Amino acid sequence: MLPRRWQRILAPVRTLWRRLTSMRTALVLLFLLAVAALPGALLPQWNLNRAKTTQYLLDHPVLGPWLDRLGFLAVFSAPWFAAIYLLLFTSLVGCLVPRTLDLLRRLRQPPPRTPRYLARLPHHAIREVDGPPDVVAIRIGRGLRRWRVRRTVEDTGAVSIAAEKGYLRELGNLLFHLSLLGLLVAMAVGKLVGYEGSVIVDVGNGFCSVGPTVYDDFRPGLLVDGTDLTPFCVNVTGFTADYTNTGQAAAFRADLSYQSGADAGTTLWTQRELRVNDPLRLDGQRLYLLGHGFTPRFRVTYPDGEVRDYAQPFQPMDSAFTSDGAVKITDPPGDGARETRQLAIVGVFAPTAATTPAGALTSRFPAMTAPAVAIQVYRGNLGMEGGRPQSVFAIDTSQVTRGALVLQGRATLTPGQALTLADGTTVTFTGATEFVSLQTSYDPAQPFVLACAVLLLLGLIGSLTITRRRVWYRLSPIPGDTAGSRVEIGGLSHTNQDGYTAEFAALVAAGRLGRDIHPDPDRTGTVRRHP
Amino acid sequence: MTVNQALAQVSDLAFQAAAAAYLTALICHAAQLAARQTQSAAGPVLARLARTPAVGGPAASAAIGLLPRRGPVPWPDRFARAAVLVTTIGLAAQLLSIITRGLAVQRAPWGNMYEFASMITAAAAATWLIVLTRTRVRSIGLFVLLPIVILVFVAGTVLYVPASSLVPALQTYWLVIHVLAISVATGMLMLSGVASGLYLLRTRSQPSRTAAGGHDPADATRRGPFAALPSPDTLDRIAYRTAIVAFPVYTFAVLAGAMWAEAAWGRYWGWDPKETTAFITWIIYAGYLHARATAGWRGRRAAWIPLFGLAAILFNLFFVNMVVSGLHSYAGLN
Repeated sequence: MLPRRWQRILAPVRTLWRRLTSMRTALVLLFLLAVAALPGALLPQWNLNRAKTTQYLLDHPVLGPWLDRLGFLAVFSAPWFAAIYLLLFTSLVGCLVPRTLDLLRRLRQPPPRTPRYLARLPHHAIREVDGPPDVVAIRIGRGLRRWRVRRTVEDTGAVSIAAEKGYLRELGNLLFHLSLLGLLVAMAVGKLVGYEGSVIVDVGNGFCSVGPTVYDDFRPGLLVDGTDLTPFCVNVTGFTADYTNTGQAAAFRADLSYQSGADAGTTLWTQRELRVNDPLRLDGQRLYLLGHGFTPRFRVTYPDGEVRDYAQPFQPMDSAFTSDGAVKITDPPGDGARETRQLAIVGVFAPTAATTPAGALTSRFPAMTAPAVAIQVYRGNLGMEGGRPQSVFAIDTSQVTRGALVLQGRATLTPGQALTLADGTTVTFTGATEFVSLQTSYDPAQPFVLACAVLLLLGLIGSLTITRRRVWYRLSPIPGDTAGSRVEIGGLSHTNQDGYTAEFAALVAAGRLGRDIHPDPDRTGTVRRHP
Repeated sequence: MTVNQALAQVSDLAFQAAAAAYLTALICHAAQLAARQTQSAAGPVLARLARTPAVGGPAASAAIGLLPRRGPVPWPDRFARAAVLVTTIGLAAQLLSIITRGLAVQRAPWGNMYEFASMITAAAAATWLIVLTRTRVRSIGLFVLLPIVILVFVAGTVLYVPASSLVPALQTYWLVIHVLAISVATGMLMLSGVASGLYLLRTRSQPSRTAAGGHDPADATRRGPFAALPSPDTLDRIAYRTAIVAFPVYTFAVLAGAMWAEAAWGRYWGWDPKETTAFITWIIYAGYLHARATAGWRGRRAAWIPLFGLAAILFNLFFVNMVVSGLHSYAGLN
């Protein structure tokens, strides 16, 4: 026993713990979790769509920043969301531990003794059968093969058999909840040590996953610094997109050749077709085909006669692949301060050109059948020295407003056509190639998540379909009839009393107890002598 | 891939037939209730028997047989039988519609919102007919068929798209598994929601204690439009039984969705609006199963939960697919 002083200090803690682990608290926390997740579905989220979230903040100048500060725009990494599910799981642990111990204890104990008044149970029957109680007990025992059975001789001399079945219900229930815990842990581990990297690769090019810098966007787990990625190399040798006549996509295929880190430096390359829904799995890493688009190509002839080729992936804006983008030329040849001579080719690319009623270039089909670009060429300072991150698909328009970047000319070009600027620079549209956007994912905890999910489902099915039920038999001799026994049978199901009726009828018949006798569903019971 | 236009047309016709059948069944159920109301006015004895649908038709007809005005089968029963028969025909027509569309496009016929809504209503109708074979609760037919008819008409008008092939993102066996499971679960949970709603209406004026207990001595003398409904116990049992069958199916569907997401998007869970709402729905039903075992939550309080669950499902089905832009936005409408 603890000293009284300690008990006084511990008492409120114990009360708090009891409150937390009570079913009511768990239920409230559960519904709180559902409510807390709601803004995640209704409000734009930083981790899902940065552009939309930024736009939301611009549209709601008063409410937006507050929502952002309170974590409503990043619900699933908000501290209050974590607090709810951690409390919930604490409550779960507090509930599971005693229940597991209880189940273990019950598994070692025989079924509970036969109650005195079997007629009070929901299922009840009385039969008279041939054979003395001992013999009938053996017959009944044979009919209870998959039950846990306790056989006793009562003070009155009656033989009683108690049997219980359906322990798997509680086991399934515990399995379900433990799997939930396991699932949470496995997900957390995956978030710590996993990573994702996206990269745009032009058809004909490739990349080697040796570090975060090869990716356009690298999203590491908390414990990942990117220094020990398992390397692999990929070359995109081709890409095919099939469309129906209406422009609906029918199939995407990227042809890859790849080699794992172990084969690096050798000529050992493996060919594979990468499709949507069918990633390349390599050394625990997965490579996905997530999207595709077009890379317009330009040839710029500078006044001094120097010719350079540029290519830049453009961002698809609609289902017909009207694409936006910008070629930023930060180091054009020539003399003078570079910050006054930088060029930008900003524009729209259309794989199958058409004109909107307003006169703008747009695409009417997603495949490249009649490509065109509508470009504007700017000269001046692109504003990239300040260290401020810029979108690769657009220029910093504030540089234009500021007058640092000046429009030099605009034109709509088909392949081979050129725009000549005042200083003699010509920009020729030389056509376009296709790019694929790929993603590398790594999550070593994923198999455990899957295992937990499967166990969770099995546990759930077990806990909902299996019923814990008991049956008791009391066999007593019939006065003046040594060849017969009187058998009283009682049954109790912890859940689903109706579903037990049929099984109870079969139990009544166990050991040929009820041959030629109708099962007796009502509680009064009938007394019939076995012929 | 070409679409077999003849089969596609058969499918559309069968769908229209199913819609007509469900509507007819709805009208029959309405007539059933109306006939019951008029008969109830005939005499208090009859009224009491007619309001005990848990016993079902035979008891009521036996009672009518005792009356001097002899009729073969009472009108409420006639309408109810007709309604069930027509619902069965409607379901058969809808299954024909689903199968022929699948054959016409050579893929699983649940690839867009129209087909998905058709699957859900078929699952709901099938669940309803199965419930009918176990408990004789034809008196709630009107309330069960109302959402089915509404959804069928929304599917046939707003959501309808002609038979066509699928975008590459949907060309996978995961579509077969995930969407089949989710539509079956949704159909079943629709029934659970309806039964819970009726439970709430049925027990509206009663203190929650008797509502939970079910054996209400005042039952027989109750009046009002919901007095003809089955006992609160029966309604609660229907709601719970359908929910515990549907919940593992729904869980499986969400897990299958996560596995599909792993194969398609590079992660099994990313809190996409659709995933988040599925998570919320799952929690709501998990809460329902727990609430029915928690003191202080049984009865009316627990019965609210499947209604919230149904609301979350419908929100996920319509709002998230059509309004919120997420990764599930290939519903075939835009």
